[in-house]
Amino acid sequence: MTPAATIPAVTIPAVLARDLRKSFGSVEVLRGISLEVKPGEVFGIIGPSGSGKSTFLRCLNSLETVDGGDLYVNGEFVGHRFRDGRLHELSDRELSAQRMRTGMVFQRFNLFAHMTALENVVRGPVVVKQTPRIEAEAEGRRLLDLVGLKGLYERYPVQLSGGQQQRVAIARAMAMQPDILLFDEPTSALDPELVDEVLETIRQLARDGRTMVVVTHELAFARDVCDRVAFMEQGQLVECAPAAELFANPQMPRTRDFLQRLNSTNPARQ
Amino acid sequence: MSATTTDSELPVLANVARVKLSHPSRWVVAIACLVGLALIVRAFALGQIEWTFVGRFLTAQAIVTGFANTMLMTILAMALGILLGLIAALMRLSVNPVARVVAGAYIWFFRGTPVYLQLLLWFNLALIFPTMGIPGLWEARTVDVMTPFLAALLGLGVCQGAYTAEVIRAGITSVDAGQVEAAKAVGMTGPQVMRHVVLPQALRVITPPIGNEVIGMLKHTSLAAVISYNEIMHTASMIYFVNNRVIEMLIVCSIYYLATVTLLSIGQSWLERHLGRAARRTSGAAPAIQGEPA
Repeated sequence: MTPAATIPAVTIPAVLARDLRKSFGSVEVLRGISLEVKPGEVFGIIGPSGSGKSTFLRCLNSLETVDGGDLYVNGEFVGHRFRDGRLHELSDRELSAQRMRTGMVFQRFNLFAHMTALENVVRGPVVVKQTPRIEAEAEGRRLLDLVGLKGLYERYPVQLSGGQQQRVAIARAMAMQPDILLFDEPTSALDPELVDEVLETIRQLARDGRTMVVVTHELAFARDVCDRVAFMEQGQLVECAPAAELFANPQMPRTRDFLQRLNSTNPARQ
Repeated sequence: MSATTTDSELPVLANVARVKLSHPSRWVVAIACLVGLALIVRAFALGQIEWTFVGRFLTAQAIVTGFANTMLMTILAMALGILLGLIAALMRLSVNPVARVVAGAYIWFFRGTPVYLQLLLWFNLALIFPTMGIPGLWEARTVDVMTPFLAALLGLGVCQGAYTAEVIRAGITSVDAGQVEAAKAVGMTGPQVMRHVVLPQALRVITPPIGNEVIGMLKHTSLAAVISYNEIMHTASMIYFVNNRVIEMLIVCSIYYLATVTLLSIGQSWLERHLGRAARRTSGAAPAIQGEPA
């Protein structure tokens, strides 16, 4: 997906959720989420722990299965195919092809522990897309340079700091050239002094016009980088507005409470 | 000894010589061990062992052939065991309940009966099925097919598979679920996740116990003597039935086993080091990694 300049007259939304529902056992964690992310948009999701924001993100690439409602990513229904008036579950192969088009960055990095930084980035394209290795390695080095890890290609994950690992994970997600990048609390597992290097990397991607959905606890970051921000609580989308608006002038009392509570305990970074 | 005192009355002992605590009991234990060892060596040296026989039979053609058969059976039975173990482990972890139960039953039966019994069972399979084959294509008498070699291979390999299945299963479940999610997220299919991410990491956990199993297998092949498979112990017994040099022949066998196990242990620790390289903070290959560039 290319930046905003080339968006055609009728655009397919990058993400479209309509009344999305998801339960774990008897606990309903997503209680009818409806939202739309436009191509090229950086969309932030904030909210207290257990509000369902991570689960929503994981539904976008089928790491969780949806129980009800519609979920489209790039105009494609997630997890099922509509045929003969019914929804047919996708096969392992079809699901993989669908996941390939979204890149995911996890809270706990999840770098492949037995591979070097470069191999972490290269293995996906080589195995999934059958990219020639030479080509994939050149691209992998370029991506690692881009996230500021020049010269650390041969390090194993244990030999890297948390911030460095997360930047490798970002390069790994980008190597598949996904249409959308998903970030699941990318800085929550990092020591405070390592947070900024990861946020700066994400900020840079935002400037390049990539479509991104970012679940985060970093309110200042969400305000500065996201085009729009949604506030979720107890499985519901309480409020969704342009970032500056949501933080400066929240409409819903629940949003106001949440922002006030956080601001009083944890003064905004920057 | 004169400790200088300061105005605080407490002696300054900084420059006084320090004496280590002596451990007389350690000396007693060490000496007892050495004396015991010396007595055992002396007993064997004076015992009725014809060491010249040991030397002569160490390189005898029959013994060398027997040892080659032992090695061949160890390698083939272990390969079969790892193959069956991998299949059974994947079946045990499958979402398909039938596959889970079948694999469980396989492990239950072959771990639940002695290898000795299983060897006899395979060797006497003709008593249950006098003939075997594919209807219309090929048929044979089971006694002709079930040679000592094949019976030993099946008996040892199929039983090994049941043990290996549990080792591999434990190795696979030890891999963090986040690794699987990350592999799926880059678009890998189930089998690709297994091959590129889960199994290579499980291998590090699996290798030490499998190494033990290989060493165990080397020695278990001696049980195949009971169905007259021509491995080293069987050969040795054929020889001592004739020349009556029982102890000498057993010593010859011990030397072969010990030498092989020593080599296997060295190979195993090399393999573990090789597989563990991703788990070490500083890689041995590149000790330059110390200063942490941002």
